[in-house]
Amino acid sequence: MANNSSLENTVIKELLFQLADDDFIHSYRGSEWLGLAPHIEEDVASSSIAQDTMGHAAMFYQLLEELDEGNADQLAHDRPANERRNAVILELVNGPGHYMEEPEYDWAFAVVRNYFYTQAKMIKVQSLQSSSYKPLAEVSAKVQMELYYHLMHWKTWFVQLLGSGHEEAVSRMKAAIDKTLPDFQGVFSLGENGSEIVEQGLIESEAALLNKWNQAVAPVLESVGLQGAVEVGMAQGDGRNGKHTEDLVKALETLCEVYESDKAASW
Amino acid sequence: MSTALLTTEDIYQILENVKDPEIDTVSILDLGMVENVTVSGPEVSVKILPTFLGCPALSIIQKNVETTIKQLSGVEAVSVEFLRFPSWTSDRISEKGKAGLKAFGISPPPRQMKEDGSWHVDCPYCESTYVTMENIFGPTACRSILYCKSCKNPFEAMKPMIKFI
Repeated sequence: MANNSSLENTVIKELLFQLADDDFIHSYRGSEWLGLAPHIEEDVASSSIAQDTMGHAAMFYQLLEELDEGNADQLAHDRPANERRNAVILELVNGPGHYMEEPEYDWAFAVVRNYFYTQAKMIKVQSLQSSSYKPLAEVSAKVQMELYYHLMHWKTWFVQLLGSGHEEAVSRMKAAIDKTLPDFQGVFSLGENGSEIVEQGLIESEAALLNKWNQAVAPVLESVGLQGAVEVGMAQGDGRNGKHTEDLVKALETLCEVYESDKAASW
Repeated sequence: MSTALLTTEDIYQILENVKDPEIDTVSILDLGMVENVTVSGPEVSVKILPTFLGCPALSIIQKNVETTIKQLSGVEAVSVEFLRFPSWTSDRISEKGKAGLKAFGISPPPRQMKEDGSWHVDCPYCESTYVTMENIFGPTACRSILYCKSCKNPFEAMKPMIKFI
């Protein structure tokens, strides 16, 4: 019995780390657009979305804290790249350059990644509302209400740019889709403990989630003249198992700089 | 030494003084954020629903609730807890809260959305219905930016937060 419940906890924590780390790095990449978005209204919108998303990450870290996994701030800041469980696609840089000097960020990539991820997250939080872990089900109901606006926003950009008939917009969006799909399966991966996660009724299976995502994006892709059925992969590895790129290492260095300067400070 | 026993009524009364840190015409009671108050002798416990999970005002609200209640004589300890459930929804805002928002130049959230998710509010200044949505996202997580074509004023509205199926 004791063994069972400790295994159960390990599996719950594993899923919580995946959800928290995904939103954490996604929010960070979103925040890097502050001051650089195509226009001022978009600056307001995308930073508001990044702020909501960081709130979601904080909530998932909070659930880990309640399971005695450590303090939420420490979980967000004080774990090296190889302990992170986020999907690789979410950690990739927004583009060449640095936001402090000559950023050549790719808005098309931002729109594609944000729309695909937000749609995937919507499907997950819908599934999580029937989760056997009640605190997670409760949080998900709240997240879904906020996510509704995020999804509407990114879907609008996605359809507008691809449906614009503008040659540069369309070709850059298509290139961004080709860049995103080969790693997008990582968002649905539940990692090494995936089968236990599903057996315990914490969330639906990877295949079920991916299938629902495909059904959601297919009509949108078709509405802009693209093929609805898409193939996804994990070309750069499965982030759920600690496999990451140099992009994540550098992002963590930057975002943890202040925290590292004084770990005992209360912010 | 006060002999009168503290009641939950006392607490609700003084919580009227805890305003939204950014909108001083509405209290956290008007916004429907206070889910439960219990008093056990000199100890007070307040349970609050967060409006938006990433709202940076939450810790300010927590501090303001604590310091405000501690002003009551007979109070020795105050605990403030944010609940995950039930979810705060914008229909928890009272009529008084809606009037307070309007006085601040913010349209209260609409009760309903259309099937496609769109919604409509009137101008808080001139009541005109001839308004356009400029940005669903605004200066804070809970607000949107609109423009009134009648009185030519930009204004904000509280975003509707409603359970979806």
